[in-house]
Amino acid sequence: MSGLSFDLIALQLFTGLALGAIYVLFAIGLSLIFGMLTVVNFAHGAFYMVGAYAGLFLVSMGGNFWICLVGVPLLVGTFGMIVERFLVRPLYGRGIDYPLLLTFGLSYIMIELIRIAFGTSGYPFDTPELLQGAVDIGVGYFPLYRLFVIGATAVVLIGLWLFLERTSFGLVIRAGARDPQIVRVLGVDVSRVWLIVFGIGTAIAGFAGLLAAPLQGVIPEMGATILAEAFVVTVVGGMGSIGGAVLAGLLVGVVVSMSSLFAPEMAKVSIFALMAIVLLIRPQGFFGRAGLMS
Amino acid sequence: MIDIAPTIAASSSRSYNWFDLAKRHRVLLASIFVLIFPFVMPFTALAVNILIYGLYALGFNLLFGYLGLLSFGHAALFGTGAYLCGIAIVHFGLPWYAAIAIGVLSALVMATLIGSLAIRTRGIYFAMVTMALAQCVYYIFYQAVDWTGGENGLRGINVRAINLFGLHFDFINPLVRYYVVASFVILAFFVLSRILASPFGAVIEAVRENEARARASGYNVVATRLMTFILSGGFCGLAGSLAALHLSIVPIEILHYETSGMVVMMALLGGMGTFFGPFVGAAVFLLLENLVSLWTVHWQLVVGGVFVVCVLFFPEGIWGTILKRIKP
Repeated sequence: MSGLSFDLIALQLFTGLALGAIYVLFAIGLSLIFGMLTVVNFAHGAFYMVGAYAGLFLVSMGGNFWICLVGVPLLVGTFGMIVERFLVRPLYGRGIDYPLLLTFGLSYIMIELIRIAFGTSGYPFDTPELLQGAVDIGVGYFPLYRLFVIGATAVVLIGLWLFLERTSFGLVIRAGARDPQIVRVLGVDVSRVWLIVFGIGTAIAGFAGLLAAPLQGVIPEMGATILAEAFVVTVVGGMGSIGGAVLAGLLVGVVVSMSSLFAPEMAKVSIFALMAIVLLIRPQGFFGRAGLMS
Repeated sequence: MIDIAPTIAASSSRSYNWFDLAKRHRVLLASIFVLIFPFVMPFTALAVNILIYGLYALGFNLLFGYLGLLSFGHAALFGTGAYLCGIAIVHFGLPWYAAIAIGVLSALVMATLIGSLAIRTRGIYFAMVTMALAQCVYYIFYQAVDWTGGENGLRGINVRAINLFGLHFDFINPLVRYYVVASFVILAFFVLSRILASPFGAVIEAVRENEARARASGYNVVATRLMTFILSGGFCGLAGSLAALHLSIVPIEILHYETSGMVVMMALLGGMGTFFGPFVGAAVFLLLENLVSLWTVHWQLVVGGVFVVCVLFFPEGIWGTILKRIKP
């Protein structure tokens, strides 16, 4: 049989989707925070990393993976809200670069604190027993855990969509993204909305870090690489667009896994080539509104 | 917003006060400082490092401080200069001056490539696109093992002596090394000051202050941005080349995201949009790193903390705040 059968390509496609699911979760939090607060959260990678370590901590305290799935987003989201309230909030209205610089400095502090608490070397993160092994998905055997990652991402996305589109608080958030001043005039405390949005965004980042932990292990620097890749996702999808983040995240995941199948030496560079092409053809991204970011 | 930037109008005012006088002779003052600097430093190698990173921050500041574009990918320009200068010596056996010229030229080319892609986006995208493209450059150099040594870095850049116009300098001697690097830095001060004082320099600041008005006045905003990015790349490439000669190896970390972030910190700590601020920032950053790492390995915690405090309370940076206080 030839090396590149249809089944192999189909399996690699699923691997790409699982990888893309992590990108989607990461980028959606980034996009949500940017869309509402116009803050580019350079500490998003650090929140992702803290999520993985929070999982490690909960497991060492006697918890299991299922407790982590609930506990980690709560912990990281609470931490994110504290950061928004005391560090980011004083900078609103001071130019778009300042919150970015602040979160950048914050990421240094977070990484160093984690190094102090957990050491500089990495840890493995065991796949929960229930999700070990592989299942037949028609084209071959696929690791169950990766399937779970895709499913968990879908659940988060549907939940987020219902929250934003079907609840009255979601309505306030969407209105606040479009015109915070009018929302404020209507008697809504916009800063409270921003606090919660920042909390949700960072909670999703922590959740993504937890999901990624069994796939790639846990190290203090794990957030820096995915941050650059998530920027590719947001540029391709269009900043501030949730639909764009989903589509572009999956696309980037598939591009990475396909290029590592066909041209392994190009795997790392391929997504940046994708970004360059998108920038040349459609600088505002798939779903981005031109001029939004000026 | 930032009125500490040089003003051409200063020369037309009738009575000079000492502040304007100092501003007019900023290159001279900065050069004098650089010449006496190694004697106030604990050791000369640190002073050389501060010079090199000060130059790197100077080039970055041209883009960030004067044009107002925040790049998170300047490691790609610094690193390209360092690698190509090193490759010229290690693989082609070129003399040091030719290697520096190649380092600067290659950084200019890299800046043209990255710049022409990144300026297609505006505002906040710029930081993200430059960071992503720099990551791409990192992987490319990482994988070109035959040329760059990959993970081990490029080793064996041995320049023992500097021969110029029949004069012979021992490059191993730290103080000689310092003054060789310093002469390039003083040259860079002069060139930068000329750029800023030129009509083009005025356009750079006009674009920062009000893009729409600059465009309405007939200036080509896109071309100004690209040109400034390329010039900034030239300074950073020179700094990278000097770093390669100084370290005699080029570690792969030079292209890392942290090298991009470091220069952002330096420029902001010192004071963006000021002539001498980036240099002050580089000195403070490296001194902090050196002092704190004597006491704990977690120096990044302290540096990150100082940076966050700076963003929150002293957005004008150390030098910018000093200038604001002493301005008559």
